[in-house]
Amino acid sequence: MAKHIGKQSMEFGKNISIISAASTVGTKEGEGPLREYFDVILQDNLLGLESWEKAESKIASDNIKLAINKANLSPKDIDYVVTGDLLNQCCGSTFGVRGLKIPFFGVFGACSTMGEAMSLCAVLVESGGAGNTVAGASSHFCSAEKQFRFPMDLGTQRTPTATWTVTGDGAVVIAEGNEHPFIRSITTGKIVDMGVKDANNMGAAMAPAAADAIYEHLKDFGRTPNYYDHIVTGDLGYVGKELLLELLSEKGYDISKNHIDCGIEIFDKDAQDTHSGGSGCACSAVTFAGMLYYKLKRKIINKILFVPTGALMSPTSVQQGESIAGIAHCVAIENEGVCV
Amino acid sequence: MGKEMTKEQYDEMVKKASPNSPIVKNCIKAFIVGGIICTIGQIITNIAKFYGASTEDAGTYTSVILVIAASVLTGLGLYSKLGKFAGAGSIVPITGFSNSVTSPAIEFKKEGMILGLGAKIFIVAGPVILYGVLTSVIVGIVYYIFG
Repeated sequence: MAKHIGKQSMEFGKNISIISAASTVGTKEGEGPLREYFDVILQDNLLGLESWEKAESKIASDNIKLAINKANLSPKDIDYVVTGDLLNQCCGSTFGVRGLKIPFFGVFGACSTMGEAMSLCAVLVESGGAGNTVAGASSHFCSAEKQFRFPMDLGTQRTPTATWTVTGDGAVVIAEGNEHPFIRSITTGKIVDMGVKDANNMGAAMAPAAADAIYEHLKDFGRTPNYYDHIVTGDLGYVGKELLLELLSEKGYDISKNHIDCGIEIFDKDAQDTHSGGSGCACSAVTFAGMLYYKLKRKIINKILFVPTGALMSPTSVQQGESIAGIAHCVAIENEGVCV
Repeated sequence: MGKEMTKEQYDEMVKKASPNSPIVKNCIKAFIVGGIICTIGQIITNIAKFYGASTEDAGTYTSVILVIAASVLTGLGLYSKLGKFAGAGSIVPITGFSNSVTSPAIEFKKEGMILGLGAKIFIVAGPVILYGVLTSVIVGIVYYIFG
């Protein structure tokens, strides 16, 4: 049975195995530093379809099927699919999952969605009420720009603190099993809002939430940061990383040696002109399903704290002058299981 | 976290960590590109006048030609590239206005001709049109009374 640990953490009693992972990315991500880790790199971000939204759903659908295939399963073997995206009413996921005939939980955690989905799948599996589950998240640069910023062809400049929404989908199959890596525990984040209102500086809006979640996790388990090979945040970017390190050092934790951020890893800042880094649900999802899963599987790294970060807001809330609420969910993943 | 650090303190931290836009570089680029667009406009005006157009007609021809040219460049996906380089230099001239109308038209066409393109074509230019008309009405009244 899972145990509640400390203030906001849960430790699992079963071996919650991540049995497969699949990542699909757009052209720009496919030219980035992580290109060799991705399963599919798209040549056309519209996939020959009529709209960005349709393209995002198709990417999600195909990538979920790929993750299931890689686990040597078929969609009928999956009990739950838990996915989310950035589009209004979770439409990217809804229409992506529509044809799969799998019971579906649509979740929204902005760019922290992958952490939320993986946490929920782990809980479902631990409960015994589910066998095989799929956790995933998707985003698309063009559909996100259209919804949150300006039309694609409008001639504007981006600020140095702005991030670049990753196009793609990351999905993992989670089930009880003996194949590493395992989700050992989760620390579900609280909403932390430090009053940042600049939608072009989401790293600053999310850094306090990430610091809070990591702090609570380490405290709940009585660990020091060097317990993990990597502490991996979702999409804080360069600005958010600096703030996170500062916030945590004030709390007495130095994570500067093993902290990496998916938003920094996924693009080459100078060659690809992505300013503060990558963002979007897919940013942490494809980096996990691509690079991190690869390295865990081959035991290049053995313990990571995966912390997707989300900026909770809508175009309406920003226009009404509301601040951007941050959230981050910790998922502790290790190659060693509970019971061998 | 929030208990120990106030929002004001965090705001200071954010300001320190966030790089500013390169204003001088952006201004120079905007000046050059904006200047080139205006020079092209002047050339069109001069040519129209050379062929016998009145000053007023020449101005109209110039506006029409620049608007159509910017609209075509937007459709070809080139104006957004120019805008990324030039910033205000390509937003402020009439070509920027054309870009701000054409780009939503392209983007929202997928939602249909009425509720998509029709309703959202002025989503960027709308405020300019509204307050532009309002300002000219106020200036007109002032001019009527004191002029």
